Amino acid sequence: MTYTALSISAIALTVLIDLRILKTRLLTRKVFWTSYAIILFFQLITNWWLTSNHIVSYSEDFILGARIAAAPIEDLGFGFALVTNVIALWVYWGRRGLLR
Amino acid sequence: MLSFTVLASFWLEIVFKVRVLARFRRAFAAILPVALVFLVWVFYAVERGHWRYDIDQTFGITGPLGIPLEEFLFFLIVPIAAIMTIEAVRRVKRHWLVGDEENGR
Repeated sequence: MTYTALSISAIALTVLIDLRILKTRLLTRKVFWTSYAIILFFQLITNWWLTSNHIVSYSEDFILGARIAAAPIEDLGFGFALVTNVIALWVYWGRRGLLR
Repeated sequence: MLSFTVLASFWLEIVFKVRVLARFRRAFAAILPVALVFLVWVFYAVERGHWRYDIDQTFGITGPLGIPLEEFLFFLIVPIAAIMTIEAVRRVKRHWLVGDEENGR
């Protein structure tokens, strides 16, 4: 699979996990989108740093070619999936009261 | 980049008393499954050549497929920063529900 296909799959899977599997419904909450906006701001800074300094270099063969802050646009999908799933599990464990 | 993320987020533990590091078992239980899936992706993508690292700009410690130590630390530090962010936001906006409140809303 390409970087692009994986990124789109990661977003779809994340929506499924949040709304249907864990039922944390973060995607319906103001607290989540406010937090995500803050995280996205910092992701753009770190993406720009890592990519413009060539610490990480992407092959053009697996990406669309559109870039935001020097990094492939697909990176936003992976970032969204990473933070949303972690926060969803954090809330899930908190709700279960197992690990407050 | 990782030290920047630590600097930009870990002060929340002290100033906003987000208690993420204090609840490290819950944080670990949230991060580990996600980090493992993402590392499978990293192994697959690096093996396929989706991207490559400039080892000269890393500590120089590498794991399988030449993946630098920093990549592994990324999937620990970024998730901690993300949890700290939402815990800090809920401390400022106390009426915004996260979903793990005691009364189960």
